[in-house]
Amino acid sequence: MSLTKLIDRRMGIFLGLLFLVTVCVPLGNLVMSPDSALHVPSFAVALMGKYLCYALLAVALDLVWGYCGILSLGHGAFFALGGYAMGMHLMREIGDRGVYANPDLPDFMVFLNWDRLPWFWHGFDMFWFAAIMALVVPGLLAFVFGWFAFRSRVTGVYLSIITQAMTYALMLAFFRNEMGFGGNNGLTDFKDVLGFDLQSDATRVGLFVCSALALAGGLLLSKWITASKLGKVLVSIRDAESRTRFLGYRVEGYKLFVFVVSAMLAGLAGALYTPQVGIINPGEFSPANSIEIVIWVALGGRGTLVGAALGAIIVALSKTLLTGWIPEIWLFALGAMFILVTLYLPKGVLGFIEASRDRLRPKAKAAPVKEAEA
Amino acid sequence: MSEKTQLYLNGVSRSFDGFKAINNLSLIIERGEMRAVIGPNGAGKTTMMDIITGKTRPDTGEVIWGEDTDLTKVDEAGSARLGIGRKFQKPTVFETHTVEDNLHLSLKADRSVFGTLFHRTTDAERARVDELLDLVRLTAQRDDLAGDLSHGQKQWLEIGMLLAQDPELLLVDEPAAGMTDAETMRTAELLRDIAGKHSVVVVEHDMEFVRALGCKVTVLHQGAVLADGSLDHVSANPEVIETYLGR
Repeated sequence: MSLTKLIDRRMGIFLGLLFLVTVCVPLGNLVMSPDSALHVPSFAVALMGKYLCYALLAVALDLVWGYCGILSLGHGAFFALGGYAMGMHLMREIGDRGVYANPDLPDFMVFLNWDRLPWFWHGFDMFWFAAIMALVVPGLLAFVFGWFAFRSRVTGVYLSIITQAMTYALMLAFFRNEMGFGGNNGLTDFKDVLGFDLQSDATRVGLFVCSALALAGGLLLSKWITASKLGKVLVSIRDAESRTRFLGYRVEGYKLFVFVVSAMLAGLAGALYTPQVGIINPGEFSPANSIEIVIWVALGGRGTLVGAALGAIIVALSKTLLTGWIPEIWLFALGAMFILVTLYLPKGVLGFIEASRDRLRPKAKAAPVKEAEA
Repeated sequence: MSEKTQLYLNGVSRSFDGFKAINNLSLIIERGEMRAVIGPNGAGKTTMMDIITGKTRPDTGEVIWGEDTDLTKVDEAGSARLGIGRKFQKPTVFETHTVEDNLHLSLKADRSVFGTLFHRTTDAERARVDELLDLVRLTAQRDDLAGDLSHGQKQWLEIGMLLAQDPELLLVDEPAAGMTDAETMRTAELLRDIAGKHSVVVVEHDMEFVRALGCKVTVLHQGAVLADGSLDHVSANPEVIETYLGR
């Protein structure tokens, strides 16, 4: 596949902006003096890192929803599982610096009078193991869930409902103390990752840059998948599933593939999210969170990847600003945004921007849209 | 069974909630043969196609493909991979893909997930698509979205997609529905060209069109074969006149 096909105009612009931000924010935080107008405060670095994780999560959802028509209302579960995998590693890293100073057991286990580490906590003392688990666990859940759902030909609203039930069930399970994931409080009070102090500016900047790289990588991987012949089969499934079957494509296999890839991207986003916000708790599994992801994608522009990332950043930024300013109206504002976009911007913010550009420069539109095959 | 047999249905029955959509239906399609299937609404034409393509399982009876392949054990994708192409009554193309991509997706090729992920279009595939575009007269529309085509053009694109699969048997459901007279005749011509290299089963209501096909006709009624033979022969059958043509 040629590079121009992988990095088309919108992808190029977005990656260019992302690169600019990734260079400027660390400089503004680490190099500029706190008195300077160009200084970026540390809390803002962590905040922007969080937005980038959300953007990656939105790209993951767009891959299944925008391209294959699988409206998952449970993508928050994959994100949270990735977050918990990383959180478990960070808990083990605390070691004897916890309140109870137990070198093996995290504080909440000591509090519950457990005398040894549950079997599923083993291995998480190693970073590489936790990193792999952050991808494997969401991927495995997506595989098992998708295997049954897609083979039974559950589609449309029924599929959406069972994905919602999946994340709700996980939320209830993770709330239980006996599950061994810190119950209601989740996992928190992290100290360091790979020996770097999580409170230090340099570590925050490092995590921010990692999030930017993960977002760029996730976008390029998704773009590569959707631009391949497989990507065209996915769109065919979205638009005419039975026609696709009668052409000889085993639809369930394609859905399973893209669902698992998407879940793993969501898991990666979660794993980067946890150290930056400093906590992961069962609230991340709540159905409302998963629905919000759908709003990001719809608002930014479904089926565009870049639009999904943009939508996540726009909504998350508005949330930060509005909840700081007048917290009571945030949910109304979110609802209003969703309604306005649905009514007036059916192709999302990205579609609107591109349509405005074409209107301003009508001649540019005459250029051939179709690119030569690679 | 004769070596010339492509498809063999023997005593096939299928009921839905007590209604016998297909009732002890037996049918033989030979290799390279073209067959028109006619019958009033509810005669079981679509159910018959569903059974052949693995969409619906028969309650009883045999469906044999070629020498000895049991079609009751395969799904839709499996039947397509064996060499059965199906055209729906309502033209079904991938509307958000270009005409050219529609054909590329239909070409006989590796259908596995990773096979398509790493697929690279070959010159042979490009040449074949050019050939098909020419055949269905859509060369000028190759870069248009399939959703922007006229109804008749969509019908042809779907026939082109069927041919791209290079199937041994084409099941064609009402290809002339909604077409102008000129388009109808052109479609009949196209199907006649296809027969010989492929077996073709056409389900159709339009008698002019069936006449233009000039092939053996099977009349279905209440899920079973009422009569078969040439169009003139079945048209003269009093039972056929009573149940179908006379109305």
